[in-house]
Amino acid sequence: MSATTEHGTSAAPRERVASALVVDDLHVALGGRPVLTGATLRVAEGELLGLIGPNGAGKTTLLRTTLGLVQPTGGAITVGGRPVRPGRVPVGYVPQRHEFAWDFPVSVAGTVMTGLTGSLGLFRRPRVADWEAVADALERVQMTALAERPVGQLSGGQRQRVLVARALALRPTVLLLDEPFTGLDLPTQELLADLFAGLAHEGRAVVMTTHDILGALDICDRIALLNRTIVAEGTPAQLADDPQAWMAAFGVGPDSALLRVLKAAA
Amino acid sequence: MSPLEFLTDLVNPDLAFLPKALAVAVMSSLVCGVVGCYVVLRGMAFIGDAVAHAVFPGLAVAFVVSGNLVVGGTVAGIITAVLVALFSQNRRLKEDSVIGVFFAASFALGIVIIAQAPGYAGSLQQFLFGSIVGIPTSDLYVVGVTGLVVLAALFALHKELVTISLDRESARALGVPVFWLDLVLYVLITLAVVMSVQTIGNILVLALLVTPAATARLLTDRLGVMMALAPAVGGFSALAGVYVSWSWDLPTGGTIVLVLTAAFLGAFFLSPRQGLLARVAARRAERSLSPTLPATGDPR
Repeated sequence: MSATTEHGTSAAPRERVASALVVDDLHVALGGRPVLTGATLRVAEGELLGLIGPNGAGKTTLLRTTLGLVQPTGGAITVGGRPVRPGRVPVGYVPQRHEFAWDFPVSVAGTVMTGLTGSLGLFRRPRVADWEAVADALERVQMTALAERPVGQLSGGQRQRVLVARALALRPTVLLLDEPFTGLDLPTQELLADLFAGLAHEGRAVVMTTHDILGALDICDRIALLNRTIVAEGTPAQLADDPQAWMAAFGVGPDSALLRVLKAAA
Repeated sequence: MSPLEFLTDLVNPDLAFLPKALAVAVMSSLVCGVVGCYVVLRGMAFIGDAVAHAVFPGLAVAFVVSGNLVVGGTVAGIITAVLVALFSQNRRLKEDSVIGVFFAASFALGIVIIAQAPGYAGSLQQFLFGSIVGIPTSDLYVVGVTGLVVLAALFALHKELVTISLDRESARALGVPVFWLDLVLYVLITLAVVMSVQTIGNILVLALLVTPAATARLLTDRLGVMMALAPAVGGFSALAGVYVSWSWDLPTGGTIVLVLTAAFLGAFFLSPRQGLLARVAARRAERSLSPTLPATGDPR
C-alpha cells in the first residue's frame, strides 16, 4: 500500500502507484465563503480511502467538486490525468440514501439503468450491451435475484447496494461514496464494508466519507482527515497513533472521548 | 338518459358541439393522465395548480383581443414556468414560495385584463368552471396536435425524466441537463393544462393532472403500467363525466372530477394489494393465526 511515513504533504513512495484521483491545492468557495483551502490528496487505483472530518468540514463539497458540480476557485482535480467534467470522466457517485426518491415506482434493474442515462445521450434507448452492464453491476453487488423488485420494497442495506450498482454501471475508475453506513445496523455495515474493500482492491480508487471512525479504521487502506484542508493522512495504524491530528481536525481537547476511543482501537 | 340515447345525441347533427366537447375532454384527460404521473411522483401538485392559474392571463388576453385561447394560455403558462424556474435558483427562497408569488400574481393579472372586456362575468365563469358549448372545430385539431406533441416529448425524454426524478444530484453528475429537463416538464404540464382548461375549467384542471395518476399509483408499482393506467382512468372518467353532465344537465367539469374522485376512492379501498380492505383482511387473517404461535417473540 502507498502509505506515507508522516501525515501531511505527499511523499515520494506514493508516486510509484498510479494515482487515479489527484486533488491538487484545491480552493473552493460557496457563496463567497471559503469552504476548502489548499486541499491536496491522491488516491491510487486499488485503494479504499476514508474521508473523515467534522460536520461542515467540506467533505460533501470535496465530493461535489470531484464530480465537476462545483467549480474550484483555485487548484484542480484530475481523474486519470484529465480534468473533471460532469458526464465526461468515469467517476461513479453513490449519494446518501435519503437523496434518492425510494417511493418512485421503478425496479432495481431500472434504477441501475439510469446510471447510464448520461452516457447513452438524448433520444437513445439502451441496447444489449447496456443491459449487460446493468446485469454485471447487479451481479457485483449480489442483487441479481432482486433485479425486478420495486425499489420501495428494499431494506436499507439493499438500497445502498442498488445505489452502488447504479454507480458501477458506467464502469468507473473512481468511486465516491457519501456516508454509506449512516442508519444501518452493524452486520449490514460489515457486509457493505467487505463490498467496498473488494471494489477498491479490484483496481478502482474508492473514496468514502463517513462519521464511523472505528469502522473506517477497520476497513480503509488509508484515512484522510479533512477540515477545510487535508489536516492529516496515513494508514489507519499511523493515524490511530496520532492524537494531535485528530485534535486539529475535530477541534477537540486532549480529554475528548474521541481520543479515548482511538486509543482503545490502536 | 340511457347510454343509447347519449349515443344518438352524439351523432345528432344539431348537437354537433357535444361530440366535439367529448373528444376534447377525452383527449385532455389522456394527456393529463400521462403527464400527471410525474406531477404525482415528484410531488408537483402545487406546481400543477400554479400552472393552471398561470395560464389565466393568457386566456384573458386572447379573449379580449379575440385571439386563439390555446396559444394565449400556452404563452402565459410558459412565461410563468420560466419565471418560477429562474427565481427558484435563489437558495434563500424555497420553490413553493416562488410559485405562490407568481401563481397569485398571474391570476390577479388575468382578472384585471378580463375586466376590460364588456360583460365579462359570463366568460369569467366559463373560464373558471369550463363549458362544453362553443368549442370551434379548429380547437379540435389544436388540442389533438398539442396532445401528440406532449406525449411524443414524454416518450422521447422518458429515461432522462426518470433519472432526474430519482435523484437530481446524481443526474447532474452524469451530465444530464437537470435544469432544462425541469423546464421542459413545466412546459409539457402547461400544454396539458391549456388543452384541458376549456372543457373542465381553470379551477378543476388540477384534478385531471393529479387524480388519475394518483389512482394508478395506488394500483401498481411499475411506472410503465402507471403511465398506461392513468390515461385509461382519466379517459373513461371524461367519457362518463360528459355523459352524466349531459343526462342531468350538470356542469361538465364538476361531473368529470366527481367520477375521477369516485375512481380514486374505489382504488384506495379496493386495491388488491395496497387497498384499505385488503390490508384489513390481511390483518384479520394474521390475528386469527396468532394463537397458534408462541405468546412471546416476533410472529415473523
